[in-house]
Amino acid sequence: MTTTVAYDEMRTADGTVRAHYGPFADWLARTPPERVVQKNDEAARAFHRVGITFAVYGEDEGTERLIPFDIVPRIIPAVEWSMLERGLLQRVQALNAFLADIYGAQRILNQGIVPRERVLGNAQFRAEMAGVLVAGGTWAHVAGIDLVRAGGGEWYVLEDNLRVPSGVSYMLENRRMMMRLFAELFATQSIRPVQHYPDLLLENLRAVSPLGIESPTVAVLTPGPHNSAYFEHTFLAQQMGVELVEGQDLFVRDQKVYMRTTRGPQRVHVLYRRVDDDFLDPTQFRADSSLGVPGLFDAYRAGGVTLANAIGTGVADDKSIYPYVPDMIRFYLDEDPVLANVPTYKLYLDDERDYALAHLDELVVKEVHGAGGYGMLIGPMSTRAEREEFRARILARPGNYIAQPTLALSTCPTLVESGVAPRHIDLRPYVLSGKTVHVVPGGLTRVALREGSLVVNSSQGGGTKDTWVVAG
Amino acid sequence: MLSRAANELFWMARHIERAENTARLLDVTWRTSLLPYKVRELDLEWADPWAVPLVTSGTATSFYARNGDVSADAVLRFMILDPLNSSSIHACLAAARESARIVRGAITSEMYEDLNGAWLSLREHEDAAFGAGGVQPFCDWVKMRSHLFRGVTFGTMLRGEAYDFIRLGTHIERADNTARILDTKYHLLLPSVEDVGGAVDYYQWASLLQSVSGFEAYRKIYSNVISPRRVAEMLVLRDDMPRSLHSCMNLINDTLGNLCDERNRELMRLAGELHARLHYGRTDDIIHQGLHEYLMDFLERISALGDEISARFLVPAD
Repeated sequence: MTTTVAYDEMRTADGTVRAHYGPFADWLARTPPERVVQKNDEAARAFHRVGITFAVYGEDEGTERLIPFDIVPRIIPAVEWSMLERGLLQRVQALNAFLADIYGAQRILNQGIVPRERVLGNAQFRAEMAGVLVAGGTWAHVAGIDLVRAGGGEWYVLEDNLRVPSGVSYMLENRRMMMRLFAELFATQSIRPVQHYPDLLLENLRAVSPLGIESPTVAVLTPGPHNSAYFEHTFLAQQMGVELVEGQDLFVRDQKVYMRTTRGPQRVHVLYRRVDDDFLDPTQFRADSSLGVPGLFDAYRAGGVTLANAIGTGVADDKSIYPYVPDMIRFYLDEDPVLANVPTYKLYLDDERDYALAHLDELVVKEVHGAGGYGMLIGPMSTRAEREEFRARILARPGNYIAQPTLALSTCPTLVESGVAPRHIDLRPYVLSGKTVHVVPGGLTRVALREGSLVVNSSQGGGTKDTWVVAG
Repeated sequence: MLSRAANELFWMARHIERAENTARLLDVTWRTSLLPYKVRELDLEWADPWAVPLVTSGTATSFYARNGDVSADAVLRFMILDPLNSSSIHACLAAARESARIVRGAITSEMYEDLNGAWLSLREHEDAAFGAGGVQPFCDWVKMRSHLFRGVTFGTMLRGEAYDFIRLGTHIERADNTARILDTKYHLLLPSVEDVGGAVDYYQWASLLQSVSGFEAYRKIYSNVISPRRVAEMLVLRDDMPRSLHSCMNLINDTLGNLCDERNRELMRLAGELHARLHYGRTDDIIHQGLHEYLMDFLERISALGDEISARFLVPAD
């Protein structure tokens, strides 16, 4: 775990190509470097034309960028995937059970397995949701679970994303692109398909409609065209064949939700919402929100509409709750966790905090309500001044931070300026819950394009790769 | 479909059509400006051919306020590049592409890729227009992109509401534009209906026909010298001429027939009445009423029709 040598996804330590990378490594070896670059450029041009771009916060209005796409795939053998799959389904089932419990009977708090104040005092806990019976008992309909592989090849869950996880459109578009660029590799090996994701999503959303609705109307709720993930919202709506709505398109009457159409008001039964809890309903949450729908919460609580994900899921993916997920799995499912957590120091506990403060130069410190990789200290790469700043912040509010060992994230060959070189990666599979719990094989592989960097977030210069699960 | 999405599609189509019309206007103005003939009534503000696109597009006031005197270069920059001029090619394509991006789920991916591709290469073509390439190739490019987009739409889109709102937008914009072009030239050339003839008239009317792709059609239909009466007949009443008012109203009327039910009787009445005036109209009566008056009345009616479409479908009250 403390090793600094990263696990190479393509080659073993002695340089041998791992079996599941065989066909791709052959292609790479016999293809002239300029042809590889050409393929990569071809992909970038196609992504621009198709408009798979995202708006960058903090840059000029209207700046559109591509998330860099890398043509070297991340390949996972099927046997390994089946272990990951079992672990992901198990974890998401436990997280859903946890959400149902804390907004219901609170057994896990009563039995002291998760400290009450960690949950009830969490800014992401929505007291308004207490006692609300969500349709089908499903809370996190779409979960993005971030996985990493450390130096010995062992997998860890880095974090859970249970609010509005994004990126699945890149998984699908990357696959489309790779099938275009590498038709011959798809023809000769068995690469498991992912393109049915939108169908699975729609099936799950239809399955959680309010009671008594035979043929529910589903819609995707977006904050609007200025949102950085707007492309994904339009993409998913189009792929599912449902309307993409903004708050201004909806209104609530008699605790039911309607959209304004050219043929008059039309009832909406299920909203796959990509708007954060805070902005959903100005009469219930942030009053200054112009993205939401007045009365939506009331309609939701009365069972007039299903929201996916449910309101209040953010508490279960918070970093302060993360250390307890293995306990949840044991508690709700009576099973041992298949996937391990990264060992985590809870800095509100004295002994763990003392240890962490003494080892800041080795650890990664994360802010518990942070997102996007901003409020973070990577010890081995930090300056003394940065460590002192974090020390002060931790001491002022210890409950706001956790610390973990710095993992040597595994690397995957990646096309960069100097040629093909190893870069650190992670993996976000998407787990769908509703009628069944399901995960499409693979997910979105994110890659830190800067040499040595461990930050894969697209907002910080990360790129993406297609992820192949191959027989073997 | 969602009213907001229908509204975006309607305006996407209008903006593309408007970009094409602006390109047509500039192209024909460019050709006119090369002619050695000068117009007789030099005291008219549109005596300078470069004032014509400003008057026709209704942007003269804002042009003079911001740019001062009319010159070929100033008008071209205003009508091609100016992001604040809602008739400029740049502003129209920017608006059309933004609408398409917002409702890209309601159009086909081929349509989005085509329009996005045009937008991504626009800057390069603009640079060429004011550099080595010249304005005419630029105008041709804009027209071709508009034709291409219409072709992609025709060839790939499901025949349904979304398609209907696109067709409505295209034809309302087109009818509006044809009426404006005809009106400007009518003013220019015909202080009275009888005052016709001479080389200047020939070239002015020929250029008007060219601007609506009507020159070759005119020859085919009439096999005769160009007369203002026949030009007016062709662009107002003939239903086989794709940019005529009658032809546009045929499409608008049919499309509204698909979209309307008994809740939209007033809209059907407005469209039906306007259509009947063209369908049963006679050239003599139009000339007798005065072409200018006739066209002004038409513009008012088509604008009222647009407002009613908006109120019924695009921006409905709860």
